[in-house]
Amino acid sequence: MPTAAARVVLVTGVSRFLGARVASTLQADPGIERVIGVDTVPPTTPLGRTEFVRVDIRTPSIAKVIASARVDTVVHLSLVTAQSVPRSKVKELNVIGTMQLLAACQRSPDMRKLVVRSSAAVYGSSPMDPAVFTERDEPVEAPAHGYAKDAVEVEGYVRGLQRRRSDLTVSVLRFVNFLGPGVDSPFTRYLRMPVVPTVLGFDPRLQFVHEDDGIEVLRRMTVEDHPGTFNVAGDGVLLLSQALRRAGRPFLPMPAQSLSVLGDMGRRFAGQTGFSPELLRLLMYGRVVDTSRLVAELSWRPKHSTEAAFAEFLSAHGMGQPGPLGLLERLGSALVRH
Amino acid sequence: MNAQHDQDDRRVPPDAVGDRVEDAADAAEGARVIRLDTARRGAAGHDGEPSDERSKGPSLERRIASGLAFLRHRLAGEYEVDEFGFDPELNATVLLPAARALFRHWFRTELLGLEHVPSQGPALVVANHSGTLPLDGLMLTVAMHDHLGRDLRLLGADLIYQVPLLGHLSRKAGHTLACPSDAARLLDKGELVGVFPEGFKGVGKPFAERYRLQRFGRGGFVETALRTGAPIVPCAIVGAEEIYPKIADLRPLARLLGLPYFPITPTWPLLGLAGLVPLPSKWMIQFGEPMTLAEYGPEAADDPMTVFNITDHVRETIQQMVYDTLLRRGPAFF
Repeated sequence: MPTAAARVVLVTGVSRFLGARVASTLQADPGIERVIGVDTVPPTTPLGRTEFVRVDIRTPSIAKVIASARVDTVVHLSLVTAQSVPRSKVKELNVIGTMQLLAACQRSPDMRKLVVRSSAAVYGSSPMDPAVFTERDEPVEAPAHGYAKDAVEVEGYVRGLQRRRSDLTVSVLRFVNFLGPGVDSPFTRYLRMPVVPTVLGFDPRLQFVHEDDGIEVLRRMTVEDHPGTFNVAGDGVLLLSQALRRAGRPFLPMPAQSLSVLGDMGRRFAGQTGFSPELLRLLMYGRVVDTSRLVAELSWRPKHSTEAAFAEFLSAHGMGQPGPLGLLERLGSALVRH
Repeated sequence: MNAQHDQDDRRVPPDAVGDRVEDAADAAEGARVIRLDTARRGAAGHDGEPSDERSKGPSLERRIASGLAFLRHRLAGEYEVDEFGFDPELNATVLLPAARALFRHWFRTELLGLEHVPSQGPALVVANHSGTLPLDGLMLTVAMHDHLGRDLRLLGADLIYQVPLLGHLSRKAGHTLACPSDAARLLDKGELVGVFPEGFKGVGKPFAERYRLQRFGRGGFVETALRTGAPIVPCAIVGAEEIYPKIADLRPLARLLGLPYFPITPTWPLLGLAGLVPLPSKWMIQFGEPMTLAEYGPEAADDPMTVFNITDHVRETIQQMVYDTLLRRGPAFF
């Protein structure tokens, strides 16, 4: 009978924000003997007692790392969602990287546990969606583009591994958009545009998860046994219009087609990230997930609601209420005084 | 036409509440007519609408100031929406008042048997659907909000959620897509859910077939009621059939536009946009006794025969109620 506690943990994607935060949280746990971080590029921040190994998970050399260090827990965080890298490369990193990693996990006799960062984007976004997705729901329209499609394929390979190695504890976490002071994602870049374009006639429901809550979930999944697939999101819902009003951002509704043309021009001439088809669909139809399974399993609720995560993001970036609202307030109070 | 709402001497037999609607004569005595003005006053307190202030006659400045404060608060995004995107504040202050004018003054809607609708806890209001444009859903929402103090959560066709503007307005008004998981989720939260099982077949039927109920979909609402244990409240809406009498249907044009039908009415498209004004028919909305399905148990939802039988029973009940209410109403327009 394997002990539940993780001894040697391997974290993929450690040079990026989420990987670095998770690695530093795990190394603070005295129960974990070694934390090994792997990535294709060296980390920008010091990792402490985490041992960094520069290895490309798309190559079989990852198997050597896992075998030689007798890794028993793999935390797979290197799902690339950014659009700054060419699409073909992203797909290779996400899908081929996961295949190699899982092949190595299947081989290793020391493997006990696998924690996979997936995305709520696997549910897609469509007008025929149920209002709230639970883990049991299948997407009405399976995502056909971008990292959402990658995440669907990654989950498929993880299920394959589960069938072949039924002794493994596998946790798949479907995160909604991360938000917080340190997060830089396509969505945060969208929110920080000087004038935020929205899709005319649509006002999607959005959910966010605070980075601290996301990391706490990943930590618990790593040090405790919670097999299964879980949605991870802060409580509550914000409408895009509501979020932009709270941010005090000027926004400009425009037809969906012009929005994607604008995104393409921005990518070509201004070095921006553009609007991926999956982001565009999210901006039209939105998506809400149900987190009751996670709450029941961990007996814990994310500390930040969607609203709180958004508020913290705003204050970290110095966004908030602008002038015209203050003017309205003063006008109102002046009227009452008379 | 509006005077009858203010009359206080309406028929209110206190002992006749809860009669099963068997025939028209019985129904005429058994149902209770709710006086709109008193019921409305109760509802106004519920949603915090500033109608009380208006009756006290506050100064113009104060009203403008409160309007500005409201505007500020809306523009700052300081309001809550639920996971379905329901914005109760926007619904009560902006969306419903427009519909309320139609409800009270244009259609002069009378409600019968309102005591059959539970004032709290989950329930599934099942109604007939008609009118070419689904104004009956809107009027039913106003009725529930103003006279029962409850927000009706309708289950709508997926077409609504594909159309820009309509989709998110419908969500903000508290409605959602007609799918089993949404219906069950709303009922589990103790909400009052409204459903029109006829769907497009009902709302788009030709004028010649008025007040004849169409097939009740696949009985999904019965399955949901069985699974959640929520009572079914049958509801007959009379008057919606005459608002846009559909005398013909341009099928090729409908197909081109991706619509379920393209109606021709006596005024549309003959009079252009003026043809969109509904004819001022007289409306009556009658609620029947709630049907509890507790004796079947949740596992009956997996037995198609039981589901079909219950669906047929609900349909026949509503059809009978529609005929009864139609007799009570008399002429369509006055």
